[in-house]
Amino acid sequence: MAIPLLSIGPGEIVVEPIVQAVTASRGAAAGGDGAIATFLGLVRNHNKGRRVTYLEYEAYEPLALRSFERIRREIDARWQGVALALHHRIGRLEIGEASVAIVTASAHRADAFSACRYTIERIKQIAPIWKREFFEGGDMWIEGATADPDDAAARAEAERVACA
Amino acid sequence: MRVTVRLFARLRDIAGAAELTRDVPTGATIGAVWQALVAEHPALAEYERSISTALNADYARMSHAVSEGDEVAFLPPVSGG
Repeated sequence: MAIPLLSIGPGEIVVEPIVQAVTASRGAAAGGDGAIATFLGLVRNHNKGRRVTYLEYEAYEPLALRSFERIRREIDARWQGVALALHHRIGRLEIGEASVAIVTASAHRADAFSACRYTIERIKQIAPIWKREFFEGGDMWIEGATADPDDAAARAEAERVACA
Repeated sequence: MRVTVRLFARLRDIAGAAELTRDVPTGATIGAVWQALVAEHPALAEYERSISTALNADYARMSHAVSEGDEVAFLPPVSGG
């Protein structure tokens, strides 16, 4: 069974099949790629002075997938010819496990790196996903950005960071 | 008319439910659904300016009208990645 390019669910993240899915999505044009960039976001054992023991992720899954599709369209508009795969995990994740994988393919490395960085910045801005941090002494929901996909300033900031 | 309300993360904890059904007047907006929830759960009020809203699994503004059978979602600030 083919792995989807965009996905959210409880399954463990394994990079190599995602890379293969990106390559397969290129079809006959795969030979034109000179770079694949991969990013894994990991569960870290510390945050703001707290000793983190594990995280629980939840998502509004249908809207999360639509957000991923929006990010792909934004990349198509900004970096023509870059292919994207994005998998986000939900449920309980232990320290060191991957919560998110991003794979970008491009003719040249600059676009692959930039699109990859842009994708993680946009996930943090607009994907309806939440992490609950369990640490020594308690737990708390982490709340970052107010999601607004039409916020042009946020999108511009993600692009600025991606191209720095 | 009846709408389904979806709540996530801390909003779900405050309300004590991930999914609710509520009767709202014809022509009600997402904002009116939110105000009804805040009346039930005053602790939600602190999220007034930081939530995002969605209608049938697509982002929509507070001023958007809801229809019979719609799914309205209230989303606290996100923290994916």
